[in-house]
Amino acid sequence: MATITLENVGKTYPGGAAAVQGINIAIQDGEFLVLVGPSGCGKSTLLRMVAGLETITEGTVRIGDRVVNQVEPADRDIAMVFQNYALYPHMSVRQNLAYGLKNRGTPAAEITRRVDEAADILEIRPYLDRKPRALSGGQRQRVAMGRAIVREPAAFLFDEPLSNLDAKLRVTMRGEIRLLQRRLGTTSIYVTHDQMEAMTLADRLVVLNGGRIEQIGAPLEVYRRPASAFVAAFIGSPAMNLLNATLDNGRLRIGSASLPADVAGSGAVTLGIRPEDLRRTAGRADALHMSVDYVEELGATRLVHGRLEGQKLVCTLSADSTLGDMLALEADAGALHLFDAGTGARIN
Amino acid sequence: MKRTIFGNQLLPWLLLAPQLLITAVFFLWPAGQAIWQSFLREDAFGLKTSFVGLLNYRALFNDGDYVNALGVTLVFSVAVAALSMGLALLFALAVDRMLKTANMYTTLLVWPYAVAPAIAGILWWFIFNPTIGILPYLLDFVGYDWNHSLQSGDAMVLVVIAASWKQVSYNFLFFVAGLQSIPQSLREAAAIDGAGPVKRFFTITFPLLTPTTFFLLVVNVVYTMFDTFGVIDATTQGGPAQSTNILVYKVFKDGFLGLNLGSSAAQSVILMGIVIVLTIIQFRYIERRVQY
Ligand SMILES: Nc1ncnc2c1ncn2[C@@H]1O[C@H](COP(=O)(O)OP(=O)(O)OP(=O)(O)O)[C@@H](O)[C@H]1O
Ligand SMILES: [Mg+2]
Repeated sequence: MATITLENVGKTYPGGAAAVQGINIAIQDGEFLVLVGPSGCGKSTLLRMVAGLETITEGTVRIGDRVVNQVEPADRDIAMVFQNYALYPHMSVRQNLAYGLKNRGTPAAEITRRVDEAADILEIRPYLDRKPRALSGGQRQRVAMGRAIVREPAAFLFDEPLSNLDAKLRVTMRGEIRLLQRRLGTTSIYVTHDQMEAMTLADRLVVLNGGRIEQIGAPLEVYRRPASAFVAAFIGSPAMNLLNATLDNGRLRIGSASLPADVAGSGAVTLGIRPEDLRRTAGRADALHMSVDYVEELGATRLVHGRLEGQKLVCTLSADSTLGDMLALEADAGALHLFDAGTGARIN
Repeated sequence: MKRTIFGNQLLPWLLLAPQLLITAVFFLWPAGQAIWQSFLREDAFGLKTSFVGLLNYRALFNDGDYVNALGVTLVFSVAVAALSMGLALLFALAVDRMLKTANMYTTLLVWPYAVAPAIAGILWWFIFNPTIGILPYLLDFVGYDWNHSLQSGDAMVLVVIAASWKQVSYNFLFFVAGLQSIPQSLREAAAIDGAGPVKRFFTITFPLLTPTTFFLLVVNVVYTMFDTFGVIDATTQGGPAQSTNILVYKVFKDGFLGLNLGSSAAQSVILMGIVIVLTIIQFRYIERRVQY
């Protein structure tokens, strides 16, 4: 159990540009923190710096009260679950689990006890004497988790551990990871590019973009008040609509359409509206008129794709609604997200 | 496997013919000749040839020189395999840790393989020559009197080095490829699991290189048994006192210099047998056992 503190952490690869820079995160004891962002944004780099697999070129990383910048991975008291599981192919599952304990000189009886305990928790007891190649993807995933938990480390680090599984198994394992982490109460950092995984797992989310933090917050907080147009577009599925609009003395104009806005000032802005925040309206004078291009049926709901004043727009409607070629839509004032058209920073 | 169906029954045989012909002329025919010869004995003037059954073979194992050659070959093979594979693995491990300069080192390390064995042998002959060589000159400073034409130990060291140096290139390439096929994350996982570099090597890297190592072991032993004729001939010619007289060199000496064709043929049949056995072991083992 430990806190993990990153202070102004940066990484520049030799001969390359900065992969991450200016990262400040304070992770609470027992917290489940998820790093999320598009491919190449530096999530793995950041995680690997905490693990000690990459040198830290700037700033300090603390695990507990100890600065670990110069500490070997083995001495950081962390365990890591890799994307490809990194199970030792020539060892049985039991040997895989025991390897880390053996290297640390744990007594044999204690090793057996811990391995059996982990095997029971993860339900991999029947496979203990098999080699990894004789296991399914899901079972390998469990063994990889088992290797992390037998060590009883201060922190778990996960680098996209579910991305090699099929969609259904991914959802199941996601639940199991969450449950396990709650039960053990071990501080965890989890890297993913899947915003759904991030939302469902995290106590707190860190959204990264181009090596910098865009926003840190609880999943719902990030969902409800994205700090930038980037976060707005990245978090939530289907993605938030981002429209070019002009702010004009308390009104938002999108082409000839206009909406009341609770922000003063004027100039170009980016207007964000989540598809699920758009409703149909009848007879409202300032309704948004959307022309329908095509419809995706999702069962309970349907996604309507179309255009508003020539700009793409998506809205989620209930499956029983009848559709014409044109839809009159409205949204609550509180559901409008305004971002600076240049910097993308949140305005309202 | 993909099967191609030929309409014409003759065509596949025609296509195979050149390869089969070469195998027949340059391998099967001489091999058959050798087997036949090994059962014959010629008199001293080459006038009369008689069938003697297994006499040539029986004579061999009662011949102290042949038993000596077996021992010498064993020492030589093991030493060459150990030296060339050990060095190659060291170089490969070094290259595996490098990023930018790896290509240059790889190229340099592969060069020796392009040098013909006889030329390499002469090169070593010059380097080690007791009167004009650079190495004996340097060894003299540390008080060692190098003379491979008198000292059997020196001679063995010389042929082992001369035979190993080009094998290092070959082994190196395979070890580099083997190392690159081990995912980096395994070593990282082991590092997090508390294994230092040495322990990582012995518990993760080396076991995962087993297939490569075993393959190379067989290839190197076969190489030392057959391909080192040029090296021996250019450096020690089997001497001093037969101390570097390996099997393949003895075949040549007894057959072409001693003109004892029956015995020479029997020796080459035994050599052939050894190689066939090694090859079978290799195929069997690589297919079944050496995987994880
Ligand atoms: N060893 C390296 N040398 C140089 N640049 C690197 C190295 N590793 C990563 N980078 C660069 O650093 C940036 C961040 O890489 P990183 O692997 O952290 O991305 P990521 O967010 O994990 O992406 P993904 O979701 O695809 O795994 C990328 O632009 C990448 O090209
Ligand atoms: Mg990554």
